[in-house]
Amino acid sequence: MAIIAPDSLNKIKGTNAAPEKTRGKRSRRLQDNLTGYAFLAGAVFCFALFSWFPMIRGIVMSFQRTRRGVTTWVGWDNYIRIVHDPSFWTAWKNTFYFTVLALIVGYAVPFFVAILLNEFRHAKGYLRVLVYLPVMLPPASALFLFKYYAYDPSEAGLFNAVLKFLHLPTSEWMQSPGMTIPAMVIASTWMNMGGAVLIYLAALQNIPGELYEAAELDGAGIWRRITNVTIPQTRLILALLAMLQIVATMQLFIEPLILANGAGTQDSATSVAYLIYQHGFFQNDLNGAAALGVIMLIVLAAFSAVYVRLTTKKD
Amino acid sequence: MSVPQYRKVAALALVTGLGLSLAACSTKGDDSGKDAAGKTTITVDCQPVGAQKELLQNWNADVAAFEKDNPDITIKSVSVGEQCNNPPDFTARLAGGTMTDVFYGYMTDLQQVLDSGQAMDITQYLNKDTIPTWDSVDPALKEVFTDAGKVYAVPVKNYSMGLVYNKTLFQKAGLDVNNPPKTWPEVRDAAKKIATAAPGVAGYADYSAGNTGGWHFTAEMYSLGGGVLSEDGKKADFNNPMGKQVLQNLKDMRYGDNSMGTRQLLQWGDLLTNAAAGKVGMFIGAPDTTQAIVSQFQGKYEDWAMGPLPGQDGAAKGTLGGGEGYFFKKGLTEDQVKAGLKWIAYEKLTPGKGQFDYVRAKPQNYPVGLPQPLLFANGSAAQKQELDLRKANANVDTSNYALFENNPIPIRGEPKNAQAIYAVLDGAMSGVLTKPDANIDELLKTADTKVNQLLAAGS
Repeated sequence: MAIIAPDSLNKIKGTNAAPEKTRGKRSRRLQDNLTGYAFLAGAVFCFALFSWFPMIRGIVMSFQRTRRGVTTWVGWDNYIRIVHDPSFWTAWKNTFYFTVLALIVGYAVPFFVAILLNEFRHAKGYLRVLVYLPVMLPPASALFLFKYYAYDPSEAGLFNAVLKFLHLPTSEWMQSPGMTIPAMVIASTWMNMGGAVLIYLAALQNIPGELYEAAELDGAGIWRRITNVTIPQTRLILALLAMLQIVATMQLFIEPLILANGAGTQDSATSVAYLIYQHGFFQNDLNGAAALGVIMLIVLAAFSAVYVRLTTKKD
Repeated sequence: MSVPQYRKVAALALVTGLGLSLAACSTKGDDSGKDAAGKTTITVDCQPVGAQKELLQNWNADVAAFEKDNPDITIKSVSVGEQCNNPPDFTARLAGGTMTDVFYGYMTDLQQVLDSGQAMDITQYLNKDTIPTWDSVDPALKEVFTDAGKVYAVPVKNYSMGLVYNKTLFQKAGLDVNNPPKTWPEVRDAAKKIATAAPGVAGYADYSAGNTGGWHFTAEMYSLGGGVLSEDGKKADFNNPMGKQVLQNLKDMRYGDNSMGTRQLLQWGDLLTNAAAGKVGMFIGAPDTTQAIVSQFQGKYEDWAMGPLPGQDGAAKGTLGGGEGYFFKKGLTEDQVKAGLKWIAYEKLTPGKGQFDYVRAKPQNYPVGLPQPLLFANGSAAQKQELDLRKANANVDTSNYALFENNPIPIRGEPKNAQAIYAVLDGAMSGVLTKPDANIDELLKTADTKVNQLLAAGS
């Protein structure tokens, strides 16, 4: 039996069949995609409810003030007030310092640990589990471990005991303003590097072995192999993780909250996110907190945009 | 069912589910405040959490007894975990509009609750019919929850600070347990002796983080006769000789004598944990801190005693007071408000019932005989009844608190905008307790500038 194609039928029906054909196609496409749209609705709904709505609400709130249950528009007042907060600039300074330090330490350490793990021939699985273990600890528990055991300012503290054993000067850690941020970076790196190490390891294992063999034949040592093979081959993943790390570390909150009980010695631990928390939850100033949140959002969005543009151009 | 059909049905179910969820979110509840049986229903928070077994049993028993006495009222208890002693949780619930009909708050929360627009003016309902002991309730406490002549909450707990000290450590240091320090120089001497006699122990401990440092700085300013704000509340008023003295006292103990321990940046739980472990000789606090030391941090009542807050050259000129109350959510019906007040009267303001059921509390691990709360006015009938019951059922040695109780010091409330100011003053406290070379003048000047900035910005 001959099968007449739908197109042929349209030709037989003449030119009037064209709009019907388009309509039919559209409705069929809609019907075909209905399931997809329905499932998409779930994701859109969740994003709208838990991400976009709070974001828009936060922006709106940052231009409002609620007093006695009455909300009024106040223009830039909340922004002006928050910029004049005595801890505003210190919080930004601390946050940037933490971000830069975390980038240097928290970015490089996992990369070199991954390279090291990649080189091991034995006990690979065991070592990977060992490196990943801290990630499985709830962040609050890990930080309490640091607070009470590692950073105890007396000589009974783990780090101080080690320093003393090595005849090095001890530190008061979180109580010493100069050590507050570095101490938070150490704890944060220990807590979070497991995930990054695994990602780096996966990237490293995708590098063709021939490249290393060729490099070795050319007489390249380990450092040359890292700089000429490993880093260029993992460039994309390195760039992505750098951005994610910067965005995550700029939102520094739990480390000061637990390790320094908030602000630390004379605001030495106050971060932007902690200042938002102070305004929102302790100072009856949700509008000021929203304004600071919006400032942070703008800074992070601007950074991400510039970063993506730069890395895209290079690639 | 074919696979495409199955997928379509699944998709349809998903969309319907989402739609129903939205509808459920927007469905307005029955606002008559009555259940199907016509009973007035109210929700009340701060039901003790599961871990507080005996307190929870007591609460549930009280609800059952109350409902039996008032068959037309149903109490729906809500336990909100740490909300009752954790300001961030309280703020989140307030901002989210998820407070119960009758909800707990600190005395310093009045402004925040009013700003949220969720507090109901309950002035017209407050009388002997709804709360039989209302006339006995201390007028000063009623005043705390009053704004422009309108009352927004019923006080249910209050405290004032004194010097809490560890008798066991006092004995170890050769100090007289019945004669605690009365002045800050005496506190310094005692702290030094304790730290010497018991290495690793802080003779005196104080807060310097999480806004609690500013809170104690304020109390210590009160003890010297000062404050933290000017009379009109518009300027900082602690960068003065009294402020310097408060910080100097602490610096002398911390670095002059090494009698405050190494670990600083302490906040409430940290200090009490150390205290329960026998690592703190003295600190300033309210009588209920000993309850927390025992019930939350596994300390022992017999270790602890209290004296009045020390002054600089003699008795303290003032002490810091605070407390808690129950607010009513805007929009409740008259019946609901009356039912809520009746419940609070039963649970919190009736000698022999609820929190004052000392016969029940005596065998439990909760103290009877502590000198607070002092909700009832001096000389009132309710006060006499409550004190008699307290004495008759005391399960702690009341002599440990006699000095505190018998030497009352004028109580002053917390400053306006307290938390923001405390956050700044934490800086001065942490500076003097963690930096041996801290410059007190600089610390005070910086804090003064910051507080004035805050006040000017109207945060």
